[in-house]
Amino acid sequence: MFGIAVSVHEYFTLLARLLRSCVTRPFYRRDVVQQMDTIGVASLFIVVLTGLFTGMVLALQSAVEMERFGATIYIGRLVGASTVRELGPVLTALMVTGRAGAGMAAAIGAMRVTEQVDALRTMGVDPIRKLVAPRFLAALIMLPLLTIVADLVAILGGLLIAVVKLDLTAELYMRSVYETLAQTGFVLRYIPIDLIQGLVKPLAFGGIMAVTSCFYGLRTTGGTEGVGRATTQAVVTTSILVLAVDYFLTQILIVLFVG
Amino acid sequence: MTESPNDPTRDGAAFAEEVRAEARRELETATTPERSSDLVELRDVRLSFGDNHVLNGITMGVGAGQTLCILGGSGVGKSTVLRLILRLLLPDSGEVLVEGRDISAVSNVDVLELRERMGMVFQGSALFDSLDVFDNVAFPLYEHTGMGDEAIMERVHEVLSFVDLDPDDVLRLLPAELSGGMRKRVAIARAIVHKPPILLFDEPTSGLDPITTRTIDELILKLRRELSVCAVVVTHDIRSAARIATETALLKDGQIIFNGTPEEMFSSEDSYVRTFLS
Repeated sequence: MFGIAVSVHEYFTLLARLLRSCVTRPFYRRDVVQQMDTIGVASLFIVVLTGLFTGMVLALQSAVEMERFGATIYIGRLVGASTVRELGPVLTALMVTGRAGAGMAAAIGAMRVTEQVDALRTMGVDPIRKLVAPRFLAALIMLPLLTIVADLVAILGGLLIAVVKLDLTAELYMRSVYETLAQTGFVLRYIPIDLIQGLVKPLAFGGIMAVTSCFYGLRTTGGTEGVGRATTQAVVTTSILVLAVDYFLTQILIVLFVG
Repeated sequence: MTESPNDPTRDGAAFAEEVRAEARRELETATTPERSSDLVELRDVRLSFGDNHVLNGITMGVGAGQTLCILGGSGVGKSTVLRLILRLLLPDSGEVLVEGRDISAVSNVDVLELRERMGMVFQGSALFDSLDVFDNVAFPLYEHTGMGDEAIMERVHEVLSFVDLDPDDVLRLLPAELSGGMRKRVAIARAIVHKPPILLFDEPTSGLDPITTRTIDELILKLRRELSVCAVVVTHDIRSAARIATETALLKDGQIIFNGTPEEMFSSEDSYVRTFLS
């Protein structure tokens, strides 16, 4: 129990130092861009695949139930709402955690056990500023963008099933998607509130992924075995935190936007 | 074939005598500079991790142009001394002075400036895997100086040549493409590139073959001779210590049980010193 309390204290100490590093000089802009490539561009393929199959399976599963009531024309509503509000942000976060989060923990963990993190310190460079802050900022930028891609591809996946298997027209399906997104209103006339809700979540998930992965990476001990352990802990803890924070964020967003 | 110091078939006393003779030869040829005021000083330093008392009242010092070799078996706290000097650890009691400043009294912001006064060569070299040799060596210059790209390139060439590496051959190689000896030399180049007055070495010759070991030792001697740096070297390699040290400190159970010149160490009658040397 004491160990958990110490870990929580260390986690929030890291977070506080990280936030200070993000707003004070020096900044490592080149490292941020490099991490945006590692987290975002390199994860694009798995995010597209995740979105595509999620949209397709959602359409397929819901069709089984809806056909009974002759309500297959509402499949677009179901796919659109569940993807943009929930599945897009959560599944994107989980997939990117498995890929980029694990990579962060392993890379920093390997640097830790080979004394590269100590080497940074001895050269008068703060490892949090140099290693953690660029990953944190890159994740904050890239997770929402990847989520938008996943949402779009999932809706297109649902469209594919609706047209090919359920004999709906593309226009009918897309109108159904639009209606569900328009239901909660728009911000700045064109941006659906649902989408805003759906983008608040990946912002939080991106931060959680970067901080948690770097936290486990920086406390790696015990050679290569320790790196493997840190990577596993980072992925498991991030995944649980994403799901738990998703619940609380949903509660807050419902109160704020739906009333 | 070079004989291993750990060869169990060798007679311990004969080996000790051989090392003493070599130390005498090295000491005769080496120029020992006048002792100046200490750049690094430890005063009655104590440090524990829980119930494990790692250091129990260590006092030592080393000045410019001096090389202090800290010797001892595994786990006696040799590397801990380096971590204290770098202020990666703080002592429970006692003082660690770097250029006269007590590291315990230095703020977290000022410690970065203090560390710029030191260069550290790690046991495993600790080169950044993702950066090539140029970026590794240039790293401290990009971080802490306003030097332009051309000046940095010139300085990197200069230090790589100093450590006997051909810049044109190695500049764009990644650490994984270098041999153990080359990695050590690049690590030394990175440590001296910003001209720090204090250099710290953690087992600089561990894992290297005898010929490369000798090359690294000669490089450390060259640093003292030509740059007059203050060096603290942690090692368990007696031959190396005999070659490079102006002063030695032998650690046992968190205490210094011998402190003196290599010649004094090799002629010591203390039973532990003799056992360690054999």
